[in-house]
Amino acid sequence: MQLSSDDRAMLGGGHGPAARFAMSILVRMGEIQDAERMIDITQAHIDSTIYQGEATLEFAERLAEMGARVVVPSSANVIGLDEEGWREWQVPEQYAQKAYRQMQAYRQMGCIPTWTCTPYQTALRPRFGQQIAWGESNAIAFANSVIGARTERYPDLMDICAAICGRVPALGLHLTENRAGEVLLTLSEVPEQLQEQESFCTILGYLTGKIAQERVVVIEGLTVRPGEDELKAFGAAAASSGAVALFHLVGITPEAPTLEAAFHGRSPAERHTITLEDLRTARSELTTGDGDQLDMVVLGSPHFSLLEFRRLAPLVAGRRCHSGIRFLITTSRMMRALAEQAGVLEPIRQFGAKITVDTCILATPMLPSDTTTIMTNSAKYAYYSPGLLGANVAFGSLHDCVRSAVAGRIERDETAWTA
Amino acid sequence: MDGVIAGRPLVAGNADAIALVTREPLSFWGGYDQATGEIIDRRHPLSGQNAAGRILVLPLSRGSSTTAAVLLEAVRQGTAPAAIVTDGLDPFLLLGAIVAEKMYAHTVPVVAVSHKDFERLSDGMRLTIREDGRITIAPANESGDNH
Repeated sequence: MQLSSDDRAMLGGGHGPAARFAMSILVRMGEIQDAERMIDITQAHIDSTIYQGEATLEFAERLAEMGARVVVPSSANVIGLDEEGWREWQVPEQYAQKAYRQMQAYRQMGCIPTWTCTPYQTALRPRFGQQIAWGESNAIAFANSVIGARTERYPDLMDICAAICGRVPALGLHLTENRAGEVLLTLSEVPEQLQEQESFCTILGYLTGKIAQERVVVIEGLTVRPGEDELKAFGAAAASSGAVALFHLVGITPEAPTLEAAFHGRSPAERHTITLEDLRTARSELTTGDGDQLDMVVLGSPHFSLLEFRRLAPLVAGRRCHSGIRFLITTSRMMRALAEQAGVLEPIRQFGAKITVDTCILATPMLPSDTTTIMTNSAKYAYYSPGLLGANVAFGSLHDCVRSAVAGRIERDETAWTA
Repeated sequence: MDGVIAGRPLVAGNADAIALVTREPLSFWGGYDQATGEIIDRRHPLSGQNAAGRILVLPLSRGSSTTAAVLLEAVRQGTAPAAIVTDGLDPFLLLGAIVAEKMYAHTVPVVAVSHKDFERLSDGMRLTIREDGRITIAPANESGDNH
């Protein structure tokens, strides 16, 4: 692999021990993957902030002690605690202390303390064509697909190395030729009325990930244009059930004005048809367990946006969450502050909802141990909760989640899906 | 049948263990319990099996970026697989293994094989992995249940 004089200086220790450590990892990854050269990045998103045990803490503190500093604007992903609110939940003190130390290490390295998995809904949203190094699967999918910025799927621990050096191996989705579609999914006779359902994009994303796995996937036949939060839900779902880092929606996302453009003029290597029946099956797979027993409703994976708060507020206004149900929304501090400013938090609090920031239910052990069934409109929560929390999951729309929270048991409107 | 596969040693090392094989990608975050080595993705065919000390044969990882961190922590806790064999190259498992080697001076060997060779490996086979990436399949008398 061809290295610049700066790359070689970093590798030789000329920019300090942290840059030497980071560059040695980048070069090794580049060489194994046959990269020809390194390229500059102008932004990073650091998923390594997630506390995963002693090893991730040790990794972060060692880098910080070596004097590591990020050299490009680097937003920080969620961490292992809600810095100010963790005591309201069942987070063990010792866990919180370690997660906090890890948070401090990334602060010390100069990361921007966004503590969110939706950096694309902050002022740090990248631009079309910008070369960036992002971790966090949902953020990677959004940046590549919806914005047209360019990032590989970066693993934790590598994202911070890229941010310290401002360099990455020229591989994968950084390069134009690798951004062409590989798999084509065509919606066949999926009624427009169903496409307008709140959860439609989430379910389609879950199904897309299962089919596409890690390949660049193109979808044609959408007749309803999804909004930003629907695209966010689509990407998060596809990056959970699969490893989708780039999707093209024909006529909607920026690199797919036409089907031909999405495939760079080539033919799809594989074609699939998506029917109403496929979507019904996918929807039911997102739910585990049966019955209508419910302990908790959780919204906000990826982190809840201002628009999502605005949608929720009128649904809960004047209503009360059932006394036996906990209702939680996970978001960032910035988005909570914006929702407060917008005047939409008050009805949500009066309904009985709690808001947790900086983290999510999958990244911190906050849930009471007697939680057996949670309900969510998030495919990411639905996908990971059974394994990470040992909980059953009921998947439903935002309306279903509110209705169930009021009723104290799982209630879903099936009309659009059974018609 | 020739019982030797020429794999590509992405992170070199030796291993001798029983294979745990899946044709479905697995996210280690939410899929691999770093405290025990149990596969905890309840939608995955290996759910409930334990991969600690086994040679985990899988197409690639999926989903979360945190897969690399889970593998690193599993190496630290001694609950990692004895080796990982992937169908082609998976950057997430590779990165986790590389960082483990740098931090703890021991790691989990990672070997990439061709798709054709990947298809030859089945659950319960006893495999020996060498530093040069060579994988030897032991005679069939010890093979377990295939699926």
